[in-house]
Amino acid sequence: MAELWTGYVWPVVIIIAEIIAIVLPLLIGVAYLTYAERKVIGAIQLRKGPNTVGPFGLLQPMADGAKLFFKEIIIPQGASKGVFLLAPMMTFTLALIAWAVIPVNAGWVLSNINVGVLYLFAISSLGVYGIIMAGWASNSKYAFLGGLRSAAQMVSYEVSIGFVMISILLCVGSLNLSDVVHAQEKGVWFIIPHFPMFIVFYISGLAETNRSPFDLPEGESELVAGYMVEYSGMPFALFFLGEYANMFLMSGTITTLFLGGWLPPIAVAPFTWVPGIIWFALKVCVLLFGFLWIRATMPRYRYDQLMRLGWKVFLPLSLVWLVLTAGVLEVFGLVPN
Amino acid sequence: MSFFDRFARDWLLTEIWSGMAITFRYFLQPKVTINYPFEKGLLSPRFRGEHALRRYPNGEERCIACKLCEAICPAQAITIEAEPRDDGSRRTRRYDIDMTKCIYCGFCQESCPVDAIVEGPNFEYATETRAELMYDKAKLLSNGERWEAELAARIAADAPYR
Repeated sequence: MAELWTGYVWPVVIIIAEIIAIVLPLLIGVAYLTYAERKVIGAIQLRKGPNTVGPFGLLQPMADGAKLFFKEIIIPQGASKGVFLLAPMMTFTLALIAWAVIPVNAGWVLSNINVGVLYLFAISSLGVYGIIMAGWASNSKYAFLGGLRSAAQMVSYEVSIGFVMISILLCVGSLNLSDVVHAQEKGVWFIIPHFPMFIVFYISGLAETNRSPFDLPEGESELVAGYMVEYSGMPFALFFLGEYANMFLMSGTITTLFLGGWLPPIAVAPFTWVPGIIWFALKVCVLLFGFLWIRATMPRYRYDQLMRLGWKVFLPLSLVWLVLTAGVLEVFGLVPN
Repeated sequence: MSFFDRFARDWLLTEIWSGMAITFRYFLQPKVTINYPFEKGLLSPRFRGEHALRRYPNGEERCIACKLCEAICPAQAITIEAEPRDDGSRRTRRYDIDMTKCIYCGFCQESCPVDAIVEGPNFEYATETRAELMYDKAKLLSNGERWEAELAARIAADAPYR
């Protein structure tokens, strides 16, 4: 009996507690990202943004959530009911489970696996399924076109994201995300030697999360709302949260790969007193602000421009950079063992 | 040379950075939003809002039932019926404005020889039923009593320009 407790029950309890400790702050963050987006875009357009519900409108995400929760879930005639309802859950779940491998502080990672980068890459690639399932199951031409666009777009930009990741991994010599951060502890943050790739990764991240200026899958001027046009109530909310959780995930990934994860900018006294998780959160917030700032600045890309950028600019650029990185590491004998 | 110039501009994303700088400057600027139900924008003395029928300071109705407003109203929203009062003066028995027809052109107050019918500063008179927008004489007179201070101030403010 004691063996059952220590061997099976207790570890499960610990793991569930850890999952809640990751998911709960993440969901609160996602809720407040929607608020931050409205505030930031409002400020850039010289508006005030939500300021009525609660002090400074801080309860606005709760009000929005309550509204969506009590709305009717409409399932269109001819929709494939199971897939239709599965798609938003999938998008949402995939945006959350990737956090299992992202280290938010030294040793603070749910599952410290040695193929962390591959896992992350696989999960973010799976994200396209939620969208394409939604597009297909809605039995609507707008949703279908939105789903198709989204699938093509995410596949295109994943290629360059993959090459950028490989450039980083060459400098680290490990697929473990904690090792990626430790490698930056010894040397410099990878944003300095790999700055062009940071830009490429960031822009590809925008495309990967279907954010402006690459939000063609939901281009309201021609597709109404793209793949989520038929959704309402809670399934819509899950898509919405999934999109924002994906932004968090992308920012977390960029922070880990380029901005030294939980490391302080300079390892001297006042900076090292601040806990690593604060540094991690700060970096994520800065990147997320960039997402919102770009959304308020850029007009939407045309579809052929989007494809041209992905295949004819980013792909050759990241490939050349990969060869360059490998060459420099080999010539100067910097290859990590 | 222009090729290299163009190339460098494109690849260093100069246009994107300058665009981002502009939006960031706007981000820091003071906001222009007015918190509407709590703060309101400034209205000109000539603003043409809800109608009102005014009285003289001694309580006598200004309207003398000349029906100029009824005649000039392009939307034919005004209906007036007149008869002599017991003391022999000419007064309206009925003065109705169909607020759903009115186009707020202000011709009624322009044509009025005694400043009786005026369009006030009030624009917040939405109703729940259509019938409530069929204003009768009592409603217009009560509007006049309610807004008299502001109506008089507006007429005084605009007087030098007439």
